[in-house]
Amino acid sequence: MLAKRIIPCLDVRDGRVVKGTRFVNIRDAGDPVERAAFYNREGADEIVFLDITASVEGRRAIIDVVRQTAEVVFIPLTVGGGIDSTSFMQELLESGADKVSLNTAALKNPALIREGAEQFGSQCIVVAIDACRVDQQTGSESRKWEVYSHGGRKATGLDLIDWVKKAEAMSAGEILLTSMDADGTLDGYDNEMLAAVADAVQIPVIASGGAGTLEHMYEALTRGKAHAVLAASILHYGTYSIAEIKEYLSSKGLPVRPVNK
Amino acid sequence: MKELVIVDSGSANLYSIFKACEMVSLKPEISSNPEVIAAAKAVIFPGVGFFDHAARTIRENRLTDALLKVITDKKPLLGICLGMQLLFTESEESINTADAVKGLGAVAGRVKRFPAGLPVPHVGWNRVMPASGHPLFEGLESGAYFYFTHSYYVQPEKTQVILARTEYAFPFTSAVGDGSLMGVQFHPEKSGPAGLHLLGNFGKIIADNY
Repeated sequence: MLAKRIIPCLDVRDGRVVKGTRFVNIRDAGDPVERAAFYNREGADEIVFLDITASVEGRRAIIDVVRQTAEVVFIPLTVGGGIDSTSFMQELLESGADKVSLNTAALKNPALIREGAEQFGSQCIVVAIDACRVDQQTGSESRKWEVYSHGGRKATGLDLIDWVKKAEAMSAGEILLTSMDADGTLDGYDNEMLAAVADAVQIPVIASGGAGTLEHMYEALTRGKAHAVLAASILHYGTYSIAEIKEYLSSKGLPVRPVNK
Repeated sequence: MKELVIVDSGSANLYSIFKACEMVSLKPEISSNPEVIAAAKAVIFPGVGFFDHAARTIRENRLTDALLKVITDKKPLLGICLGMQLLFTESEESINTADAVKGLGAVAGRVKRFPAGLPVPHVGWNRVMPASGHPLFEGLESGAYFYFTHSYYVQPEKTQVILARTEYAFPFTSAVGDGSLMGVQFHPEKSGPAGLHLLGNFGKIIADNY
């Protein structure tokens, strides 16, 4: 049986990590390579870099970050943010990334998912989705969650369930689902949304947005039917260590990869 | 003669495997040259992506004979993921036809798609249960977690070649071995300390072979 994965997500801008306060024991908490290595030692099952660099030139920095990380971190590495071509995907994969995460570019051009999957294998292609609950007063009956693009700034009018089914049909390997309602609240993941997506597709779903407690993670992996949980603040601010998260999940009967084994 | 050649068939993340080999004191060299591969002391044959594409690429790049020579010369060869699958007779993974696609045929058996109803790809960390005391798994506890990402699995004709199994609704073969030839479905270069340990074991196998 597959272990439930705990995945730290690092926001990177111009080659630097932009979040985190507790890193007293590493030399440079803003260095994505050091931070990735730190989480690797702590027992992370994967690392996600989300590049939030605004400029096209600045994006080159992420290639170096990936390359340097791949030299010292031997767990899967996913890179997302601004990836809009198979040539950029190839550069990232050749630099040591294992997966690329597509968001806005896939919404603009869904065929990009298929092109990436055909060229590199569907296991390389993660479709990241930012979704928001639709106001039931104004929203249609059938549509509960709407997909947003451009880092959650632009409503697309797309129904979440329609979009995940389409992404799967285009050979996406995984769905990384962020609830914009829950994100940053520390009140827990949107488990209803997670479960609706997990029921709609066969591919694994990674839960993102809202983790504040260990119970929240457990809930996302059980009620929310997620395969993995992405965590940012809860790890970066030192609320819990990965070992604590895994011990808790394990005590509740979920399979996890033991830390330091 | 090169100590260890990592085969570049254009379909894999070679940087990670290269760095992981260096971590365990191996001195790998990446090559797509059939002569270099055929003459190597040992070979790692990685691969990700589609069986169909990869099988065609290795034929077009004249890698088939080089890899088969490494095997008949009884030099250690480790197939990883799709690289292991390509050692088999044939695969169900075809893009354009319903026909099976031929592999290298070094291991008798078929590469099959996980049955409908199971989430695919089988992606993430899963436990590997060695079936015998093979040196590749020496020092690793039974049930150690390794990182997988694949939609197809191998089904060898002979159970003797099964080195390890992994449970994904049913037990499938996650490692094979036949003399100097070895293959793993998971990615040792992405499996943390356990993966590096296994690559170190492969290094010992290379050393013992000479």
